[in-house]
Amino acid sequence: MSLFDHKISELHHMLHKKEISVSDLVDESFKRIAEVEDKVQAFLTLDEENARAKAKKLDEKLATENEFGLLFGMPIGIKDNIVTKGLRTTCASKILYNFDPIYDATVMQRLHEADAITVGKLNMDEFAMGSSTENSGFQLTRNPWDLERVPGGSSGGSAAAVAAGEVPFALGSDTGGSIRQPAAFCGVVGLKPTYGRVSRFGLVAFASSLDQIGPITRTVEDNAYLLQVIAGLDPMDSTSANVDVPDYVSALTGDIKGLKIAVPKEYLGEGVSEEVRQSVLDALKVLEGLGATWEEVSLPHSKYALATYYLLASSEASANLARFDGVRYGYRTDNAKNLIDMYKQTRSEGFGNEVKRRIMLGTFALSSGYYDAYYKKAQKVRTLIKQDFEKVFEKYDVIIGPTTPTPAFKIGEKTSDPLTMYANDILTIPVNLAGVPGISIPCGFVDGLPVGLQIIGKHFDESTIYRVAHAFEQATDYHKQKPAL
Amino acid sequence: MSRISIEQVKHVAHLARLAITDEEAEMFTKQLDAIITFAEQLNELDTENVPPTSHVLDMKNVMREDVPTPGIPREEALKNAPDHQDGQFRVPAILE
Repeated sequence: MSLFDHKISELHHMLHKKEISVSDLVDESFKRIAEVEDKVQAFLTLDEENARAKAKKLDEKLATENEFGLLFGMPIGIKDNIVTKGLRTTCASKILYNFDPIYDATVMQRLHEADAITVGKLNMDEFAMGSSTENSGFQLTRNPWDLERVPGGSSGGSAAAVAAGEVPFALGSDTGGSIRQPAAFCGVVGLKPTYGRVSRFGLVAFASSLDQIGPITRTVEDNAYLLQVIAGLDPMDSTSANVDVPDYVSALTGDIKGLKIAVPKEYLGEGVSEEVRQSVLDALKVLEGLGATWEEVSLPHSKYALATYYLLASSEASANLARFDGVRYGYRTDNAKNLIDMYKQTRSEGFGNEVKRRIMLGTFALSSGYYDAYYKKAQKVRTLIKQDFEKVFEKYDVIIGPTTPTPAFKIGEKTSDPLTMYANDILTIPVNLAGVPGISIPCGFVDGLPVGLQIIGKHFDESTIYRVAHAFEQATDYHKQKPAL
Repeated sequence: MSRISIEQVKHVAHLARLAITDEEAEMFTKQLDAIITFAEQLNELDTENVPPTSHVLDMKNVMREDVPTPGIPREEALKNAPDHQDGQFRVPAILE
């Protein structure tokens, strides 16, 4: 039994009653890391000394104060593309191998204000480009349910660390499925909030019109508590939305009577494995039993989402990653003849192949003579994809389908062909293009591997997503399963 | 017919400030060709009268008061620089 088998609210209660200390929580985290990190390899950087010092400080506070927030003293892991002041931030790229941020991302400031404790930085696909964390420039993270398999990506370290019990929760980022897909593969809860719900200030940009930071947790309730702290308008991010943040936990009523669910036929069709399909149909039965109804609908432009995404995300990436030039931070080549040569050698030595491939695709799609045919065309199709969702949401409260077409695949299985790897994201990408929120929660197992159920909501309606996810979680016990490790 | 030639790939790599070997150029040509061919399925759709989406929330200009605040201190700004001198970033020769 681990302390982290308790929900955040229970741990909070135990702190209140002085049954445990903050140091106990941090000990638990580092004890578990010592036990399993050899196998899982989720962390790129640990911040043990600072974490323990902060725990001590908070314990002193605990002795004298009775009022403290829910995240007080809770250990958290942070995806390594979120900048942390004074704590190395690499984006799992050699080009940032030694980068020491001089400021905190807004989400980090909010976590500090809430007295959460950063345990360390988590592995990912380089610059969040990938679906398996195999594109990390530093190490291979393994799926805690089967060490021969990938944890998913790009937030693979975040999902694996939570599933392995190294931290009770973590932050990830999601551009085309990078929170939901690893959450599905690792059997945990991962939410991509509405675009604009959480500040992107301090999130190293990949595709700025798609990126969102979100929570990865063991339970839906924990997820809601974490979103509560990080959500909201931020003057430092002009794309963060000026929309009130509701009380997410109060939405967890367990009552979904009369809820109208749409199930897109495109999400249960070709490419989705029979076992995953069956798990989702079984989940829909559970929801029906709780008083919801579901109907099949169509999101007719779904099949175009993948191509649209790769053109748009790569175009944005090619611009965003121009800043890594060996001048102001990060790696610089030793053997350059002149400035242009220095840029080229630095970037070629610093970036991995997937990052180079996307930068080149994006540069091509934006280049003179091709802009209209590729980039602008994709922006127009994005409108059609967004309209598909708007139309369905006129009649239904949520859209439900699988998070991924299959459970976690084997390490090395999809690395040779980029398109095969990309196809793994067909069910998560449309959500980013439309900007709506989506969650993945555990809904079954196939041969001992977790299956994820994706629940998609209207813009800024994370509350309904949480309500449905929580009701399902209460009616099932998939979230209580733990990997053997 | 291939969508992108090896010369185009080399040109794009130059625009993106990436040095690639001939072998890499060949690999990227094959892979980018496959991706671009795949992307051309978008041409099945008539988008003549569809407006492009660049931002999902349809925000207009976001304004704020113009209040001066201190910038990043110079030492901080230079802290991560691979090379600096006299308080400035130092780079290799621009002119041969």
